[in-house]
Amino acid sequence: MSFIQANDLIKTYSANKRIVKALDGLSLDVPKGTVKGLLGPNGAGKTTTVKVLTTLINPDSGTASIDGVDVLKEPEAIKRMIGVSGQYAAVDQKLTGYENLEMVGRLYHLGAKRAKQRATELIEMFDLVEAANRPVKGFSGGMRRRIDLAGALVINPPVLFLDEPTTGLDPRSRLGLWKVIKDLVSDGTTVLLTTQYLEEADQLADSIAVIDQGKVIAEGTSDELKMQIGGQRVELSLVRLEDVEKGKSLLAGMAQGDVSVGNDGRTISAPVDNAAATLQQALKTFAEESIELNDAGMRRPTLDDVFMELTGHKTEDVSA
Amino acid sequence: MSSVLKPTIESTIAKTVSDGWIATRRNIYKLRRDPEIFVFSLIQPIMFVLLFNYVFAGAIQVEGGDYTQFLMAGIFAQTIVLSSTYSGSAMAQDLKDGIIDRFRTLPMSSAAVLIGRTFGDLVINASSLIVMMITGFVIGWRINSSIPEAALGILLLLFFSYAFSWVMALIGMSVRSPEIINNVSFLVLFPLTFLSNAFVPSETLPGPLRVFAEWNPVSALIQSTRELFGNVPAGIPAGDSWLQQNPLTTVFAALVLMLVVFIPLSIRKFKSISSR
Repeated sequence: MSFIQANDLIKTYSANKRIVKALDGLSLDVPKGTVKGLLGPNGAGKTTTVKVLTTLINPDSGTASIDGVDVLKEPEAIKRMIGVSGQYAAVDQKLTGYENLEMVGRLYHLGAKRAKQRATELIEMFDLVEAANRPVKGFSGGMRRRIDLAGALVINPPVLFLDEPTTGLDPRSRLGLWKVIKDLVSDGTTVLLTTQYLEEADQLADSIAVIDQGKVIAEGTSDELKMQIGGQRVELSLVRLEDVEKGKSLLAGMAQGDVSVGNDGRTISAPVDNAAATLQQALKTFAEESIELNDAGMRRPTLDDVFMELTGHKTEDVSA
Repeated sequence: MSSVLKPTIESTIAKTVSDGWIATRRNIYKLRRDPEIFVFSLIQPIMFVLLFNYVFAGAIQVEGGDYTQFLMAGIFAQTIVLSSTYSGSAMAQDLKDGIIDRFRTLPMSSAAVLIGRTFGDLVINASSLIVMMITGFVIGWRINSSIPEAALGILLLLFFSYAFSWVMALIGMSVRSPEIINNVSFLVLFPLTFLSNAFVPSETLPGPLRVFAEWNPVSALIQSTRELFGNVPAGIPAGDSWLQQNPLTTVFAALVLMLVVFIPLSIRKFKSISSR
């Protein structure tokens, strides 16, 4: 049963005398108790989608509902059932972790006693006891995110929005936060998660919607998406730039999809069926043709590959 | 899955009062955490009182009175008008930090953050007014009127600063940059408060500046405060403009106008703003 629903959302901004279509007919469907990953580069419309669904902005057209409640017509009812954690860790830096959480509880109108109790519970749950009485300003990035996330959970909301929860964190903090989020979602909360990282969507989401230029361009489980763009890739880095064209056509003969060229202009890669065998064959062929290689290997597809395959352009071509 | 926690407050008025208090408390916490900011906001008015008094007192002749008595109302008004800009820069900063986004996803009253901001500034303004009055007393300033009149003078200053905070809050949310707000404060409000009867009698100003000073609402605030404190020098009556002849009416009108126009505008703006 669909719990979060968005239909044909359109939102345009005018920025620098230019009309930007942040959302261009975006539709989304999140079944109850599942985690939907919204995957896309900066400027694809992820945050705008979250802002519409969390009542922060109104779309130009389209409809949205959560558990049958219309987001645009009944924003006050929506606010009582959602928790939101943003990419900027929107906590008050001057207040302590405890003060931040207690304040959020009071603003959900839980009453003084319940708000205090809940703040203490969350501090323990998120392993922030040491930091509870220090101003957030002195916290590490990972701790700040955890306070922000705890703030989103104050009322045990049935719906949780996590907008790029780990962007800008170091790998260790990211792993820590992933664990926290995984524990949460096993509890049955319905989650909409946005991310730029395929791996993050892979780890946390039951199903992924790839979005680009304000539209969902592909949807499925992480395995389905990877299958769609080819599971493994062979990547070769050429010594001489003048060999690139010839290298591309040689590799194309062995590959299952388009050959893409990396940003350096000399690294070529393509999806293949049997990566090990193809790599051996490629090394042999390239040696016979006297094309010198800097590097050669197999790798899993990245977000760049997904984009290249699905949209024909690289992630960084999309203007923010 | 644990069940969702339900609110204990339902009525709109109770929510507005509760949320307004929580948002005000947030700003009081912040003042307590950064006492140096609070202390500096009190040192500056003391410095202004002493500087203007000792630098200008010898040079500016006030007919039928002494300069210290004349000056104080001007310093009071300038200080509270300037410090109201804090409401603007603080709203811009909250917006930039994404805290406004968080607040807007909560089921709280849309007026609460603004109530908290403007009341927070009222606390600062009341404190700096007390400090300036004490400093004034030390250097010889006296209230030469009745207690009710003096009390009305103090209330007038505080209400004016409170109303002006709502104006600055709207500007802060529209401009979205704390730095620009501080520059606006310096480039617009500093001259606005100077081109008045704050430091010199407006009749001593050259032609166009004199007209501006006489029609400047800040001059009306200063004139009425001077009258209410009994500090109007015998030789310097109010200016010729209607505003100067009816300062109290002017200040009340300005106050009501600012509140009636800018409270709804600010709340409406708050309901639609979001970071970036």
